Amino acid sequence: MKSIKELGTYAENTWCPGCGNFGILTAVKKALVEAFEGGMKAEDVVMVSGIGCHAKIVDYVNVNSFYSLHGRVLPPATGISLSNPELTVICHAGDGDAYGEGIAHLIFTAKRNVDITLIVHDNRVYGLTTGQFTPTSPEGFKGRSTPKGSPERPINPLELVLSAGATFVARGYSGKIGHLKNLILEGVSHRGFSFIEVLQPCYTFFNTYSFYNERVYELEEGEGGTSDRNLAVSLARKWSYDSVDASIPIGIFYKEQRPTFQERILGDRPLLKRKGQDVFGFIKEAV
Amino acid sequence: MKEFSVLIGGKAGDGIKQAGIMAAKIFGELGYRVFLYDDYPSLIRGGHNFCIIRAKKEQVLSHNNQVDVILALNRETIERHQHRLKKGGEIIYSSRIEGVSRGVGIGFEEIVKELGGIPIMKNSAAIGALSALLGIERQVLDGVFEKNINKQLDLNKEIAGRAYAEIKEVLFKVERLDSEPLPLFTGNEAIALGAVNAGLDLYIAYPMTPATSILHFLAEQQDRLGVVTVHPENEISVATMALGAAYAGARTMVGTSGGGFALMTETVSFAGQAEIPILFVECQRAGPGTGVPTYTMQADLLFVLNSGHGDFPRLVVAPGDAEEAFYLSGLALDAAWHFQIPAFLLSDKHLSESIFSFTYPEGEREKPPMVAWKGGEGQYKRYAFTESGISPLAFPGQKGCIVKATSYEHDEYGITTEEPEKIMKMQDKRLKKKEGLVHFLEKTEQVKVYGDRDSKTCLVCWGSTKGACVEAALELGLKVVQPLVVEPFPERQFRQALGSSNRLIGVEVNATGQLSRLLSSYGIHMDSTILRYDSLPFTPDDLKGRLKEATS
Repeated sequence: MKSIKELGTYAENTWCPGCGNFGILTAVKKALVEAFEGGMKAEDVVMVSGIGCHAKIVDYVNVNSFYSLHGRVLPPATGISLSNPELTVICHAGDGDAYGEGIAHLIFTAKRNVDITLIVHDNRVYGLTTGQFTPTSPEGFKGRSTPKGSPERPINPLELVLSAGATFVARGYSGKIGHLKNLILEGVSHRGFSFIEVLQPCYTFFNTYSFYNERVYELEEGEGGTSDRNLAVSLARKWSYDSVDASIPIGIFYKEQRPTFQERILGDRPLLKRKGQDVFGFIKEAV
Repeated sequence: MKEFSVLIGGKAGDGIKQAGIMAAKIFGELGYRVFLYDDYPSLIRGGHNFCIIRAKKEQVLSHNNQVDVILALNRETIERHQHRLKKGGEIIYSSRIEGVSRGVGIGFEEIVKELGGIPIMKNSAAIGALSALLGIERQVLDGVFEKNINKQLDLNKEIAGRAYAEIKEVLFKVERLDSEPLPLFTGNEAIALGAVNAGLDLYIAYPMTPATSILHFLAEQQDRLGVVTVHPENEISVATMALGAAYAGARTMVGTSGGGFALMTETVSFAGQAEIPILFVECQRAGPGTGVPTYTMQADLLFVLNSGHGDFPRLVVAPGDAEEAFYLSGLALDAAWHFQIPAFLLSDKHLSESIFSFTYPEGEREKPPMVAWKGGEGQYKRYAFTESGISPLAFPGQKGCIVKATSYEHDEYGITTEEPEKIMKMQDKRLKKKEGLVHFLEKTEQVKVYGDRDSKTCLVCWGSTKGACVEAALELGLKVVQPLVVEPFPERQFRQALGSSNRLIGVEVNATGQLSRLLSSYGIHMDSTILRYDSLPFTPDDLKGRLKEATS
């Protein structure tokens, strides 16, 4: 079993001071320690990340990890989990990974109900490439690739994954670490695809701290988190990722049980425990 | 009959390929070695489909243009192919085709209708008539039907029997040979079986001709063969999913054609950096672009050799027939896992979708084992420096270790690094594995030689072109050299194979002579090339014609 301290690595942390990723890192570590206390084995955890500021998280946490390519977070996570369904796979993606380069994978992973958890570090700006607009930046966002303002409207990721078939949909805020830690624990224990969108300020290129602090509120018990899809969609629509005069709910929006991809593909025969590949016999029979 | 060929043609949706397979199985049952060439356009209904089944006493790896029998289910078959008919050959045709000047018309459709069958069953009638024309006993025909038809067996047999009875004259009698029947497999099935034989756990693919039938075959046989198949949203997902699965311990293969492989190339490079084993099967078709989807070409050699940015070792193999496909897919999968590198098997439509009589290879092949982490003192280092450059493998979930794989340059533990010294050391570590790979491959047959070994004229070919090349060379008294491995290029074995030949002719199915260009980078220069790039494969008869021109 690992403590918060043992979960660290020797890698130098290179996030900017004030980065929202620190809040997410702390929430993840706290969630892991709690999960270990609850009986989860440290060697059974795999963190998968894309590319971007968020992705450095795998260098900073001392668990199994798969540091993937930009946008390619969910397919390898699916592969890992198919290979060994006993692993707990926690994915990290930026908004560029999840909603830009890898959006097809997001839709399909939700559609398949792959039993993994995705944490999207949505700072609504490309940080590591020094400040361009992303799929969730507000219309008119002035970044270095759009000096005259982004010509596109943002997508609403919660609406997107709800319609794609995600069975656990939540939103957290990196400024509310305890709340976020609970969302992660709920997501990890949910059997199926758990989608956790995390609002995260980028201190350097899109500082949204006061914006979120003024608008974010926690959903009350019973306000969401059921299999009522219409309710979840209406909660998701409370804020369009564009409007400034809205309040922004965080918490669990939707939750339902459906057979997972692993269950449907593998049945009761885990991949690495299959036996009896009798090719010679097969060829003989084929005569 | 020393050998004979039958062409079966009709429109797409007529079940021409199935009829061809039945004919091939009947000839196989009688002890013949068969080759089936399947020619079909990229559509589902209509269009013209045909296949040529060539049967011979000895191994046969190609079809010829000329045939002994044409079995025509529509007029177009006669119009397009009657020029192929040998002197003394025969045409059997559906009597619905009017105004045919020669041949035997049989009421296939009428027989089916009268006996209450469905239209596709006219195939069974056609096979019945063909069997009678070739003097094949009813019991042989019935036996093959019984083995291969599950639905409405009796009806199919009855339909075949009725058409059989309508043939009054035997063209020539196909005698039973004393050889044992062999199983028939497409190149793609052989690739799949070879990989399963090397412990394949998982096959992931997005459909793309001519690789699709690997997915179909393994999906259908998954329970029997103990593999799992997945069909994700696109080739990018295919390749990265495969890499994730391999990281967690599953032996994984992916398959596609050139266009799909283009999407996978970011993963090729990732696999090189992260040292994750994976086998890519690239079944080439005529390109560039969407090209000619259901026809053949060997124009992705240089693309596959150079795919993926950055420097890293890789293995590229190129089988020329089903047995080589079986052998090399297993070898490539084992080597990928031993050396923790991306491996590639290059096929093409002509190999992938043609059907071969298959002999299970004799003897044991080289099987390099996975280098597994055995526990021990200190922290597990996924990228530990070793003399061979191969770091012992462990998987997530394994007790006592943390496995960190990454696409970034990294230290031994797998943590990102940007320190010049570490970067160079890790780059050298990866490249070091190539030395071991070369050493390992030296123990295997990397280059094949056929024909007259003393001939001064030597044909150099690769992949499926081997079939036509070897046959033409044997008849003309020439030599053929075929590399099975193209990267790391087996230069020593290749030069040895060329021996004293001083007139080298590159024979390839592409427009620019890609193997010839590769060879010249090793200082081996072709004196001339014979290229075909109309999307069709060489046949021995047309290659002989071009060789005579080239060598006269």
